[in-house]
Amino acid sequence: MPERHLGLSIFCHAVLLIGAIFVCLPLYFAFVAGSLTLQEVQQAPFPVLPGSQFLENLAAAWQQGEFSRLFLNSIIVTAGIVVGKLAISLIAAFGVTYFRFPFRMTAFWLIFVSLMLPVEVRIIPTYEAVADAAGPLRWLAGTIGLSGIVERLTGYSIEASLKWNMVNSYSGLILPLIASASATFLFRQFFLSVPDELCEAAKLDGAGPLKFFKDILLPLSSANIAALSIILFLYGWNQYLWPLLFTTDKEMGTAVLGLKQLVPVSDSAPAWNIAMSAALLVMLPPAAVILFMQRWFTKGLVDSGK
Amino acid sequence: MQQSRTFGKMGGAARRLRIPDILSTGRRSAQPSEPGLKSAHFNKPWLAFGLVAPQLLILLFFFFIPSYKALSLAFVQVDPFGGTQIFVGLENFYNLFASPEYRGSALFTLWFTVAQNAATLLLAGLFAFATDFVIKGRGIYKSIILLPYAIAPVISGVIWAFLFNPAVGPIAQFLHGLGVEWDPNRRPFDAQLLVTIASVWKNVCYDYIFLVAALLAVPVSLLEAAKLDGARPVRRFFTISLPLISPTIFFLVVMNFVYGLFETFGIIDAVTRGGPAGATNSLVYKVYQDGFVQLDLGSSAAQSVLLMLIAILFTIVQFRALERKVNYQV
Repeated sequence: MPERHLGLSIFCHAVLLIGAIFVCLPLYFAFVAGSLTLQEVQQAPFPVLPGSQFLENLAAAWQQGEFSRLFLNSIIVTAGIVVGKLAISLIAAFGVTYFRFPFRMTAFWLIFVSLMLPVEVRIIPTYEAVADAAGPLRWLAGTIGLSGIVERLTGYSIEASLKWNMVNSYSGLILPLIASASATFLFRQFFLSVPDELCEAAKLDGAGPLKFFKDILLPLSSANIAALSIILFLYGWNQYLWPLLFTTDKEMGTAVLGLKQLVPVSDSAPAWNIAMSAALLVMLPPAAVILFMQRWFTKGLVDSGK
Repeated sequence: MQQSRTFGKMGGAARRLRIPDILSTGRRSAQPSEPGLKSAHFNKPWLAFGLVAPQLLILLFFFFIPSYKALSLAFVQVDPFGGTQIFVGLENFYNLFASPEYRGSALFTLWFTVAQNAATLLLAGLFAFATDFVIKGRGIYKSIILLPYAIAPVISGVIWAFLFNPAVGPIAQFLHGLGVEWDPNRRPFDAQLLVTIASVWKNVCYDYIFLVAALLAVPVSLLEAAKLDGARPVRRFFTISLPLISPTIFFLVVMNFVYGLFETFGIIDAVTRGGPAGATNSLVYKVYQDGFVQLDLGSSAAQSVLLMLIAILFTIVQFRALERKVNYQV
């Protein structure tokens, strides 16, 4: 469209520049603060240019926050969330779309209903249910009144006593965050759009369901899997409330929690330089993912919003 | 075409679906169709149970049991050491509605949600329009504006708390230099404003991505036709693009409401911890405060149940939005 609107063009660039500044200014100030000494960060006119202490502060933040352990925890928990959620939801979506079985619609609605409640809303009862699991599961079985579910529960009473130990464990950090059906729903919609001919051809050639899943459906889903794993990576890495509730042992914390520990509170030395370096450290992995995999990330986000 | 209508409601997949849908019409009529089941499928119930079981088990333990627990706790009073429980009926709810703190918290949450919703959408709309119009540097602008999506809400809270910290923060110093009184630790309005700014900063990128994608999907033919008729870019935006992307805007309004109501914990904990004097104690933060700090489990559970009801309401609204979105396709 060759069309000249000089004024509008300038206006649009100005808007975008202001937007970019609005986004970058806080990050720039965080960087400047992270490069100052403790004295400099407290002086009255805040310096516009960065100081010389950036690397020293990074090292100090890494030391003080014990980030070598916390980053490892974050990586394990995030990987667990990404892999666990993808695996569970892929097979569940496969089961719900490609199989005829009794109570199929019941299973679908049980999964679907869980889309309704964000984790934040049910976080206290989730904590209750998971941390108290040893005794209360029996109590639950006594009061719930639905005998069918009770029977299934008592079959898992050994696992229930394991759940007691889930505070301060990787599984306690991972499993509750996997418990939502958003990814399942996404894959279900994608599977519904896969041509039926593929499955018929596979059946004619004598492939069983698992072979069809592994050799045809999974390769077809690779773009969706890539996009979704980026979204899940950001989701897992940036978790705060759940790790805060579920780790009492500092060793089991995540990187985001470790950063929060370094933030000065009213009666401590205002070591904002260290806190800001730590903030930059902790946001680095997700920021790198967004910058380098922007196309996949955008696709994943827009798809999952549908 | 009962089935194709069900497919139509599923949003994104709808367009691509049309071809296999037509091709398989003949075969589908042979079997009684079940919604959401592929017409070419397997009949191995036990394998299917095995495939669905992990998802259902994890939902049972971390979704259904907790939700049930919240419901049951909402009607009892528990002493802080978890010893005894007394059934009190709706008393927890009565107490909530009677307490000025809860009403204050609800009012703040509403105020905050509406303000950040409006600000986020306006900014994102402006940025998206500009991104759609410019050609040079579009990729760079986009990457920069997307960046906050990577940053955890609590980190964005920490950074903004620093910028506006009355003792050391650069922006607070600037405001003091202008003679503006600024102290989010003491003045309630300052704290509320700061929380709002921090969450707008964090959230603009989300709305922006969706609006840019929606503007890209507006058919070029319509825009070209309007251009031939002499409509200038701004006019084209308001008379063609805006009506066509209105379903996306509606979806984003709902998502922003969901965000403002439920996902503010990280930012509030980092910026104000609900203070000063409960001025930024949002509903979600209050659930945490009452349940984990005050150990008033009954009241906290009753608050959870109220939030769940609101969440369910929003989910229903959101699915209505999905339907509208499909109806609007050209």
